[in-house]
Amino acid sequence: MVNQKRAEYRMLFKQNVERRLLVDKIVRSVVVACVIIAIIPLGSILLEVFRNGAAAISIEFLTQLPGAAGATGAEELGGVGHAIQGTLILIGLASLIGVPIGVLSGIFLSEFGDMKLANYVRFYTDVFTEFPSIVIGIFAFLVIVLVLGHFSPLAGAFALSLIMFPVVARTTEESLKLVPLTYREAGLSLGLTKFTITTRIIISAAKSGMITGILLAVSRIGGETAPLIMTILGSSQFFHSFDEPMDALPLRIWRFSLLPYESSVLQGWGSALVLIFVILAINLAVRYYVFGKRINIFGLFAKQRTGKKI
Amino acid sequence: MQRSEKLQKRRLNTDKFFKIGATAAGSFVLVVIALMAYELIDGSYPIWEKEGLSFITGTDWNPVEGRETFGALPYIFGTLATSAIAMAIGVPLSIGIAMFLSDSSRKISEPLGFIVELLAAVPSVIYGLWGLFVFRTFFVDWIEKPLHNAFGESIWLFSGYPFGLDILTASVVLAIMIIPTVSAVSREIMKAVPHMQKEAAYMLGSTRWEMFKIAVFPYSKTGLIGAAILGLGRAVGETLAVTMLIGNAVGPGAIPDSLFGPAQSMASIIANEFVEASPASMHLPALVGIGLVLLLIAMAINVVAHMLVTRMLKVREGVVNA
Repeated sequence: MVNQKRAEYRMLFKQNVERRLLVDKIVRSVVVACVIIAIIPLGSILLEVFRNGAAAISIEFLTQLPGAAGATGAEELGGVGHAIQGTLILIGLASLIGVPIGVLSGIFLSEFGDMKLANYVRFYTDVFTEFPSIVIGIFAFLVIVLVLGHFSPLAGAFALSLIMFPVVARTTEESLKLVPLTYREAGLSLGLTKFTITTRIIISAAKSGMITGILLAVSRIGGETAPLIMTILGSSQFFHSFDEPMDALPLRIWRFSLLPYESSVLQGWGSALVLIFVILAINLAVRYYVFGKRINIFGLFAKQRTGKKI
Repeated sequence: MQRSEKLQKRRLNTDKFFKIGATAAGSFVLVVIALMAYELIDGSYPIWEKEGLSFITGTDWNPVEGRETFGALPYIFGTLATSAIAMAIGVPLSIGIAMFLSDSSRKISEPLGFIVELLAAVPSVIYGLWGLFVFRTFFVDWIEKPLHNAFGESIWLFSGYPFGLDILTASVVLAIMIIPTVSAVSREIMKAVPHMQKEAAYMLGSTRWEMFKIAVFPYSKTGLIGAAILGLGRAVGETLAVTMLIGNAVGPGAIPDSLFGPAQSMASIIANEFVEASPASMHLPALVGIGLVLLLIAMAINVVAHMLVTRMLKVREGVVNA
């Protein structure tokens, strides 16, 4: 009797465990499937951009002005030289406005962050990061283009800098906060001002994190299209003044995709490849620079530790 | 003596200026948001004066001079519909990814997390290009047409003939675009669950899935909802990829009769028509008005999302800046 019960319970237990293990296995495979489903589009995008883009790339494509749309020869088709130039100018100008404001406001959040104002600033900086970029474009249009009376690269750069600075501010804050409090105390004990402590000690300790944040922001604005539609408009000339429309790579890709010619679409893929490369190149170049610097700093430390003179 | 006093004064001044400068830069964001709201209200004032509330409830859209009517309802509907479908597809996938990334060894989760975050670095116009020339043909042949053939007559959602430039294609590409955001934030939130909780669940003999069910999900519920809403905020503001895929219908026709009908979102109509609109006519104020509505919706969504997420991550503040 007892043995019978025992066998029955054992079977029930086994069934229960088997069922639970089965559910666990199913969930695990579903989760793995989720990861694979997410990776497929990325693989497909990169593959298509490289495969189709490589066919369009040539010296003319990188340096020439656009020619006749739908033409067959490479020479009549022209290239996107002006758009590459425009994107670089825009990134430069936007960084010129966005980086100082972002870094300073990151310093504010980290070093003066105990005020009530700072909490508001932190919260709204986060919210502003997620603002629809097209609304920022409208804002730049209303504030600059309408006032000036013409489309201008300045308006585009202004819009992009607005997208850029919250990202820079938050990453600067995070990397400044990682610097130990003892560094600040050491500075104070030497009688330094807060200005000197921040610029000389804290920033140099947190530099690589800040540069990573700036890069993140640059690669984000590099691909931004929506605010450029109503600020720089697009053109087929090289840049020659701030009073005229300009072109940029993302904008050009959009225009290419609207054209009904196969050759234009191919040029669109080519521009997409160039855009991805521009963003990657900026990333790699500055990261390489930071990496090189860091080795030197560590070298200095090592020499000081061992007591050798430098 | 005098010299050191002077020096002292200068040092104090430097610090004062430094503090003022930093505070000014910090307050910049508040000023910009206020100025933006003012400019958008000011720029769209004529259309509110002319149309009143029927600007939001109307469906006609006619920028021709003399017969101007502007109603933004189809575009508001388009934005909400695409975002809702994108959320329905993207959020479960993202939570699955976050489960995987938060609970597997570092060797696997770090490179995988990096790859998923790479998806976020791809510019939206390239998503659009890919969607238009690669994804669309695949999607029409393998998913939309079979759906149409199987359910076209019984379920109205699948009744229209699929062409590829429609609300469903735009939503699916949008879902792919919000996955990196939602999964990165969800991963951080799941990682913030104390290890003790997980170990306690394991100790009770639970399987991995049961551990998630009894230890991780109840603890991270608020934060996961916040992460999803953050994704919603991104989906609502997304412009280029949607513009290239949604079909760009205008007027009453922009309310689609099925998932396979062309539509228009708020961001896409601004992108399509803004340059053609003359500042002297009512067309521009109407588009700025749509921008204002979009801003209000996006801002409300983001404020709620950030409140939920920061409450969840208060211990590890600042982890979330995806």
